Amino acid sequence: MTDRAAFLRRAGLSLALALGVTLAIVAAAGAPPIDTLAVMLSGGLGSGQAWLRTLSALVPLLLCGAALCVTFAANLWNIGVEGQITLGSVFCLWFLRDFGLSGGLPGELAVAGSLIAAMVGGMAWALLSGVLRTHGRVHEIFSGLGLNFVAMGVSLWLILGPWKRPGMASMSGTEPLPAALWLPALGGKPMSLWGLVLAVCAFVFVAWLLHRTFFGLTLSAVRQNAMAAERLGLSPKRRMLAAMAIGGALAGLSGGILVAGLYHRLIPSISGNYGYTAIMAVLLASGSLRFLPLACLFFAVLTVGSIQLPLSLSLDSSLAGVVQGVLVLTLFAARRILPAGLGGGRP
Amino acid sequence: MTLDYAAALLGAVLFAAAPLILAALGETVSERAGVINLSMDGTVLFAAMAAFAAARATGDPWLGLAAGAGSGAAIAAVLAVFGLFLGASELAVGFVLTLFCRELAYFMGHAQARQPGPDLGALSIPGLSDLPLIGPAVFRQSPVVMLSLVAVAVVWFFLMRTRPGLVVRAVGEAPAAAAARGLAVKKVQFGCALIGGALGGLAGGFYSLAVKPGWGHPQGCEGAGWIALAIVIFGGWKPVRVALGALFFAAIQVSGIALQDVLPGLSGTLFQIAPFPVMILTLLVVNLRRSAAFREAARRVPLLGRFMPRTAGGAPGAIVGALDKGF
Repeated sequence: MTDRAAFLRRAGLSLALALGVTLAIVAAAGAPPIDTLAVMLSGGLGSGQAWLRTLSALVPLLLCGAALCVTFAANLWNIGVEGQITLGSVFCLWFLRDFGLSGGLPGELAVAGSLIAAMVGGMAWALLSGVLRTHGRVHEIFSGLGLNFVAMGVSLWLILGPWKRPGMASMSGTEPLPAALWLPALGGKPMSLWGLVLAVCAFVFVAWLLHRTFFGLTLSAVRQNAMAAERLGLSPKRRMLAAMAIGGALAGLSGGILVAGLYHRLIPSISGNYGYTAIMAVLLASGSLRFLPLACLFFAVLTVGSIQLPLSLSLDSSLAGVVQGVLVLTLFAARRILPAGLGGGRP
Repeated sequence: MTLDYAAALLGAVLFAAAPLILAALGETVSERAGVINLSMDGTVLFAAMAAFAAARATGDPWLGLAAGAGSGAAIAAVLAVFGLFLGASELAVGFVLTLFCRELAYFMGHAQARQPGPDLGALSIPGLSDLPLIGPAVFRQSPVVMLSLVAVAVVWFFLMRTRPGLVVRAVGEAPAAAAARGLAVKKVQFGCALIGGALGGLAGGFYSLAVKPGWGHPQGCEGAGWIALAIVIFGGWKPVRVALGALFFAAIQVSGIALQDVLPGLSGTLFQIAPFPVMILTLLVVNLRRSAAFREAARRVPLLGRFMPRTAGGAPGAIVGALDKGF
């Protein structure tokens, strides 16, 4: 009871602080603060179209957030989510090109296969980071970060090289896929809500995995004391690799959904910062699965709403990231100012 | 290859390396005291914006550089307050700060985008600039090149040859032991974080006032801070080796631009990302060398063992501890 009260007070304090700091920054940039917030909110929530855009931004955030919860549960700093998304989208398009465009598989099967290929791609990239940690003693922050840049290089090379549009290489991406190879639209909506269905399923799966299975229990043992877990015969290295693999697969799936369900081609930096934003969302939710969907939804609204800023007020759309950063930082401060009871603490 | 061409090539590498050297030196000072500043990438970008904006407002690029350094120190102060005094995870705060500063730089720099502004220009040191090769490459150059070379000497001397430098290294190696000896560990760490942030801020100013003059979205220095972090590992936390690492990575990037005409199939991105696989391989080699399997192999093949002490260069103890603690 006191824990919940402390949590609410903390959340309230950090929201108020973040709102104050954000308004100050907006005012310092010479923009009308209240109008700016109004534009962002209506851009993210103001119409049916806005809601659709917000939901389609929620999909990769929720998938990557769930992925991060699995790896954080094993005490791994999985900063390589961006790269895992990118590799997922590369594998997805590779499958669609080789089995869909060539007519080897019927459309639906090719799309389903491409999403599985995307999961494999993300998993492979995450496992690379994981093996470097468990067997090469390279910290996952540095391998993940490095592999993010390598993945970006790989996708750019494909876009400008082997997969370039006929006749010309273009930074606008590869040749668009035919509609038969799209993730089908649900209820005639322009954006595929199948992605949302998959993301919610993945989230439920992760919640079940972490809280209701022996595997989840062993992950938390590894996180709390790797040495003791080793003595208990829980083989922390294998658990870490498993956590990385699951996380990578979910991140890869979001890359696949971005290709098959939204862009219908590979574009440069397709991961669109979703991997990094998801880390912020998980930090904001303090690693708790209960608050993660809310944090992801809020960040999706900010991200989509800020797209209106250049058009309406000629401000840079990066304000979304500013608000997200301020929120997380003020939450860190609020934790110290209003410490919770035993149940609070960091994930 | 004529002497003139060699001088131009050397000059280009030194010019491209100058901000990398500064940012990597800053990170070295910070990490040597045991503070991992993961916000370096955002610091460089924000400082680039702040330096350019200040230079435009005052008309003086040197004041701009000072503003860059000041903003870098301010960002590092936020990191240090959260990490050292509020008990937050340094890694988490640094990472959030780097994203935050990047977005803040773009948001606040909107008015500066693609505007003309002052830059640092070139400087010629009378006498020295007539030396063959070195003259045009170093002494008839942008002042940032000379500044970066001076910074290498200063940081090396400070860390390796002065008493305060010894204190810094002791604090970073074993904070608990240093505290038991009566050293003000947190004060030293705070100070070093500020110096490191200021150097990172100077690097940002170098970009927007000299190497890639101006401000835009993107500015062109994105990722430089991450490369600097990689270079610190590559250089084994030793100032001179770190500077050589920065030169090496700058040479890769410059040769990438030069090779674009010869090998159009290999796009420039390949050379932009080159530091990162090299960083991962470096870490792998450094860490494998400490593994039991390698020690065993070195016992059997003495030749392997001969290289071991020579290339050993590990992270300061406090850094290893912070990374092991995880999230």
